[in-house]
Amino acid sequence: MYFVKEVLEQSSETRKKWEDEVKRAVAKQADQKPEAHWSTVSSLPIKRLYTPEDIKDLDFANDLSAPGQFPFTRGNQATGYRGKYWTFRMFSGMGSAKTTNERWHMLLREGQTGLSTAFDYPTLMGYDTDSPKARGECGKCGVAIDTLDDFLQLVDGIPMDQVTTSMTINPPATVLWAMYCAAAEIKGIPLSKIGGTIQNDMLKEFIAQKTFMCPPEPSVKLVSDTVEFGTKYVPRWNTISISGYHIREAGSTAAQELAFTLRDGMEYVEDVLRRKQMDVDEFAPRLSFFFNAHIDFFEEIAKFRAARRIWARAMRDRYKAKDPRSWWMRFHTQTAGCSLTAQQPYNNVIRTATEALSAVLGGTQSLHTNSLDEVLCLPSDHAVQIALRTQQIIAEETGVANTIDPLAGSYFVESLTNEMERQAWEYIHKIDEMGGMVAAIEKGYPQMEIADAAYKYQRQIDAGEKIMIGINKYLTTEEVPIPLVEIDDEVEKQQIASLASVRRRRDGKAVKSALDNLKNACKKGENVMPFCIEAVKNMASVQEICDIYREAYGEYRDPGLF
Amino acid sequence: MGNTETQGYSKEERVKMAKRTLRVMVAKPGLDGHDRGARVLARCFRDAGFEVIYTGCHQTPEQIAAAAVQEDVDLVGLSCLSGAHRYLFPAVVTALKERKAEDICVIGGGIIPEQDFKMLYDSGIKEIFTPGATLDGIVEWVRKNVMVRE
Repeated sequence: MYFVKEVLEQSSETRKKWEDEVKRAVAKQADQKPEAHWSTVSSLPIKRLYTPEDIKDLDFANDLSAPGQFPFTRGNQATGYRGKYWTFRMFSGMGSAKTTNERWHMLLREGQTGLSTAFDYPTLMGYDTDSPKARGECGKCGVAIDTLDDFLQLVDGIPMDQVTTSMTINPPATVLWAMYCAAAEIKGIPLSKIGGTIQNDMLKEFIAQKTFMCPPEPSVKLVSDTVEFGTKYVPRWNTISISGYHIREAGSTAAQELAFTLRDGMEYVEDVLRRKQMDVDEFAPRLSFFFNAHIDFFEEIAKFRAARRIWARAMRDRYKAKDPRSWWMRFHTQTAGCSLTAQQPYNNVIRTATEALSAVLGGTQSLHTNSLDEVLCLPSDHAVQIALRTQQIIAEETGVANTIDPLAGSYFVESLTNEMERQAWEYIHKIDEMGGMVAAIEKGYPQMEIADAAYKYQRQIDAGEKIMIGINKYLTTEEVPIPLVEIDDEVEKQQIASLASVRRRRDGKAVKSALDNLKNACKKGENVMPFCIEAVKNMASVQEICDIYREAYGEYRDPGLF
Repeated sequence: MGNTETQGYSKEERVKMAKRTLRVMVAKPGLDGHDRGARVLARCFRDAGFEVIYTGCHQTPEQIAAAAVQEDVDLVGLSCLSGAHRYLFPAVVTALKERKAEDICVIGGGIIPEQDFKMLYDSGIKEIFTPGATLDGIVEWVRKNVMVRE
């Protein structure tokens, strides 16, 4: 029991008095809105008051403990943010590799402490810029990369042995990671010295982000290849960033984001254990996570705290991991793009700051803060600077980093953390019963759960039951215009020309032979990574490699569920 | 049908409308995977009583036009959040023209900066809905502006 009997008795007594007083007050003047509408952004009902009774069953040792100790509810690191602030890692990529490289250097000069790469859609989907399917997309929502030639421009002047780089790349994750490895090698940096993350979480693509290429089964096989290769040769690399961000952006509730993400993580653990000759403690410490920080402040903090606790329990009890580092849930956070509004865009600065604060109070290891203009276009230099400064102000001015997990022990936050955990396990067990996440995805289960939540939320917004300032309340007729960043269509022409030039310059025979070797590796079920690195070194393009995967494993088509 | 839904239509048109329900296609052109808006809208159109076809993500303009003709739809709603709308939206209109189906109404939505509206209208896109548009507002626009095709 978390409280001594006397405290609970006193609490019960004072609560009764308080309830009577509330009844009297409400009888005189009713609440501003009906009881059911006092809920989180996910429609989780919230009580008017939380008291010791709400957490009377909390087990201090098993549920809370101390930072750096199982179940890590209060954080992975014993030192908290005093040892090191979270990594200020702004997601960026635009136009050509050269333009993006300039943005990266600007961000590092401004005090960013890690890099994060946004690729354009052709790259994300495994097509070259000159593919008919890529028309109109080049450089539009990220950097265009076709070959190692582009990649070397991207990392020009970046100290790859000092700064860690995250790459939001999924179906072609093997290819872009191979390029990073090859680029490091060319710069004379051994693979053991490079650090970073590839998102490489294919399950959430089928569930939410919808950049997919091959069907779920072989997609997960490629993920397991990277886990194995990373464990052996690139030990500082996080080979998967198991992502709830996109699940949330697609419209899920906080509990769904938590549950589906964690169950995805379990699916990867199970796949590696089944497919590769590896012990769970060999690879589990390099699994990383990525969450959304949405606008509902306390729900998010509870979600982050619950996430660490659930993962620790799952890794220790379900997968029998013994190394405490295998129990750690390390995660990156991004503020919620879907919470921002095109209307009165400067208000987005306040939304982002609030969300970033919840991520910090939830103990994130790494953070991206959205820019105020990202609901309209790629962020401008000035907007990005404000977003980065938001993190720096939280870290260095507000004092919230002084102490670890400052909300621990709050009746409300602990109760909400428990509720998040309860709801997540309920979903996890349901998916277990379906035969795991791949099976659940094939049934369309998580997709439809999210679609239901998204539709419900949109209806709530339209009905004014949930508020978005500038959308359904406090509208202004005159908008203050903000400058928009535009990617010139000329970028596409230049990129096609430079790809053609690489194709002319490279050794055609060497490319063919490297691609043939990769094809054979796919056929035999071998780990593709060494062959992939060889292919990119010979200037094979993203699509040339992905076409081999498509041929070997087949293509997945969106079932178009709604 | 309520009064507001038939306002402004001739008797002849109202008779035609009653013959069959509106058939609408929600489509995702290009490589963009942001399908939250498209799926929410597809469901809303269904709840509004339309017959709905949703293409799913990653359709080429030609695939969309071919499907629209084959399914004999009255409206194609395009959704794009990747910034490629300037190429993709007009390409769908062109592909419909090539199939002699220029009478299919095409509307668009997504992250579309206002400065691109004129270019899109000029290319034949009838209306553009951007973040903040309400579901009921979109349905109302469709009811007022889209006819069942001959």
